[in-house]
Amino acid sequence: MARSVTEISLHDSATPTPTFGPGGSPFVLAQMDELVNWARRNSLWPLTFGLACCAIEMMAAGGSRFDIARFGSEVFRASPRQADLMIVAGRVSTKMAPVLRQIYDQMPNPKWVIAMGACASSGGVYNNYAIVQGVDQIVPVDVYVPGCPPSPDALIYGILKLQDKIRNGNSGATIEFKELRNIFTRSESHPTAGAK
Amino acid sequence: MGFLDNLNDIAAKFKNAKDKAIDAANAPKALATGFAITFKHYAEQQTKIKPTETVQYPEEMREQFPRTRWRHVLTRYDNDLEKCIGCSLCAGACPARCIYVEAAENTDEKRFSPGERYAAKYEINMLRCIFCGYCQDACPTGAIVLRKDFELSDYNRDDFLYTKQMLLEPATLSATIPISTITVIDRTAEPAP
Repeated sequence: MARSVTEISLHDSATPTPTFGPGGSPFVLAQMDELVNWARRNSLWPLTFGLACCAIEMMAAGGSRFDIARFGSEVFRASPRQADLMIVAGRVSTKMAPVLRQIYDQMPNPKWVIAMGACASSGGVYNNYAIVQGVDQIVPVDVYVPGCPPSPDALIYGILKLQDKIRNGNSGATIEFKELRNIFTRSESHPTAGAK
Repeated sequence: MGFLDNLNDIAAKFKNAKDKAIDAANAPKALATGFAITFKHYAEQQTKIKPTETVQYPEEMREQFPRTRWRHVLTRYDNDLEKCIGCSLCAGACPARCIYVEAAENTDEKRFSPGERYAAKYEINMLRCIFCGYCQDACPTGAIVLRKDFELSDYNRDDFLYTKQMLLEPATLSATIPISTITVIDRTAEPAP
C-alpha cells in the first residue's frame, strides 16, 4: 500500500499558520488526516445561532429548495456539544457577546465559525456602541459571508468555501492542544515557539 | 377462580400469537406500499415528469430575480472611458458608510472619464455593505451598478476591501489596453485556505 506522509494540524484557526511542512503542523501521520478531513468537511453540523434576519435565510438554506443536507449540514443542533460549525447569523450585541463566546467554548473540537451577513462580519450599518463590530473580535472566524442578508445560495457558497478550507488541511480550532503544540514545535519560524 | 384465570391467560396468549401472525402476513404488503411511494417519486424525478424542487446550486445556478442586487461594478462608456466622475455622491448616500472615493483631475494626456474629474481611488468595504443600492440610485452618471454575482465569501477580512481595480469593468477595446494586462480569474481553481 502506497504510503504518503501528511500531517495532522494542531493549531487553532485564529493563529497564523507556521511554515512547518504542508498544513503547518508538528505531527506526522499517514493518510489518516485526509480521511478524517473528508469525514469532517462532509458532516458539518451547524449550531442554531440565529440572532436576526440572517437566521431566516439560514433556515431557508436548510429547507427543501436549497437543502444544505446535500453537503451534510442539515442537522441544526440546539446543543453546542453536538455542533461542529457555528453560523453566527445576525448582529451580536455587546450583551450577547459573552454568551456567544461561552457557547463557542462549549462546542467540542474541532469547530469552525462562519460569520454570516454584514452585521456579524463587521457590524454593518450598526456602527455604534451596542453592536460588536465584527464577531471575529470574540471568536476566530473561518469564513465571512457578506450580504444583508446573504441569500441561501451565498451561504451555501460560504459553506463550500469552508469545506475547501478543511480539505486543504485546516482542522479547525483545537484550543486545548495549544500546550501540546508548544511542546512539539521546535521550529524557529513558529510565532509561539518556546512560548508558554 | 385460579383455574379460570389461567384459562383466560392462555386464551390471551393465543390471541396475541394470532395477531402477530396476521401482522407478519401483512408486513410485505405494508413495505411494498411504503416503498412504492418512494420509487414513484424517484421515477418522477428521474424522468423529469415532476422534477425536484431543490436547486442543485454549485452545479447549476438558479435564475436570480430581475432586481437582485449583489456585487458592485464600475461601468464604462462604449468608448471605454469610465463613467465615474469621482463626485462621492455614492459615499454620501451609503447608509453603512462603506464607500471611499478620492477624486483627481483629468488632463488631456491622461484622461479616464469624460468629465473634469475621475475617481483616483474607489474602495468599497464589502463586509460593511448592505447591498441596498442607494449608491446606484445616487450616481448621476450611472457608473456604479449592482450586478448579480453573489459568490463573495472569503477567508480574510482584508480581502473584502474591494479596490477600483477589482470593481472596474474590463475595457472592451483591445487597442487602448494591451491584452497582456488583462488577467482572467480562473474560478475553477482550488482556492487557497
